[in-house]
Amino acid sequence: MQHKLLQAAEASSLRTDALEFEIGDTVDVHQRILEGDKERIQIFNGVVIARRHGGTRENFTVRRIVAGEGVERTFPIHSPKVAKIVVKRHGKVRRAKLFFLRDRVGKATRLTERLTKKGEE
Amino acid sequence: MVAMNSPLGFKVFDMSCGLLGRKVGMTQVFTPQGEAIPVTVIECGPCVVLQIRTVERDGYSAIQLGFSDKPRRLASRSERGHVAAIDSKRRKSLAAAGVAVAEKADCEPKRFVREFRVTPEEASAFTVGQVLTVSQIFGEVKHVDVVGTSKGRGFAGVMKRHNFHGTCASHGVKKVHRSGGSTGQSTDPGKVFKGTKMPGHYGDAQVTVRRLQVVRADDENNVLLVRGAVPGYSGGFVRVRKTNCK
Repeated sequence: MQHKLLQAAEASSLRTDALEFEIGDTVDVHQRILEGDKERIQIFNGVVIARRHGGTRENFTVRRIVAGEGVERTFPIHSPKVAKIVVKRHGKVRRAKLFFLRDRVGKATRLTERLTKKGEE
Repeated sequence: MVAMNSPLGFKVFDMSCGLLGRKVGMTQVFTPQGEAIPVTVIECGPCVVLQIRTVERDGYSAIQLGFSDKPRRLASRSERGHVAAIDSKRRKSLAAAGVAVAEKADCEPKRFVREFRVTPEEASAFTVGQVLTVSQIFGEVKHVDVVGTSKGRGFAGVMKRHNFHGTCASHGVKKVHRSGGSTGQSTDPGKVFKGTKMPGHYGDAQVTVRRLQVVRADDENNVLLVRGAVPGYSGGFVRVRKTNCK
């Protein structure tokens, strides 16, 4: 249970448009990048393998394979730099942390697609 | 002494009086640009002016503040009598003799009472019983000093206490991996010099962190957000004052 004054201090930094995604989802993370004084959007695509902490410190980790090498990026959920998240595909998973994917290569890294919403059959 | 009205409608004073508070804990907030700022949340005020020290009576000029209510059943009679007038024989006899008794703030007893030294001119802006809030004191302030009590480490060795390197992990070292080694020479000087760094009690001492940036002063929740860390445990009492660092 977090102190109510900590919550009050964090309240203004929490994002109002909740990012909706689940663990195992394949997502596009739209990130704002400032180049000089021009802003552009960079997209990072991958599987959400973890979501941790709470309040303003909450973040999620996205893993993808780039040129045969695993790449993981962690994004703060409440950062204004994260513009939006587009869910491309739901993965069928049974745990909250998908670190087992790190030990897998090739076809074994794929997750079964889940076509229904969570909680529905 | 500059008094002016802030845009928020509070009277803002240019003064060196600080505030008392309690460390709540650390978190992070984001700037609109997306920069994450590590902040310490300090529950700061409201503080009641309990007493004004004057050069004529006390020999120095200061403002005494009280923070955080203490239940009356836990407060001693002297603590209760310090903040509000309570009936006493002495008070009656003083009144009968026509002697002026000290003004009281007329508030609940306080857990944390400290003084801030101010100049007599600055002190004249305060009255006993006045309630000071965080935006009144720190609304216009960019940087503050925070004085707290550091976490107690108990009897600590030299590696923790003085950042010694200890001795080797191998090369024949036995049982003295964290020892400080030699503390002196031989017959000449034949003693251990005073001030030699040795194991001992560490922490639980007054520590001041200077020039912390004020991120936000929020009157609604009585919260002050400063960038960076503050000494002591969460829940520990701290003193906050406007810094005199450049």
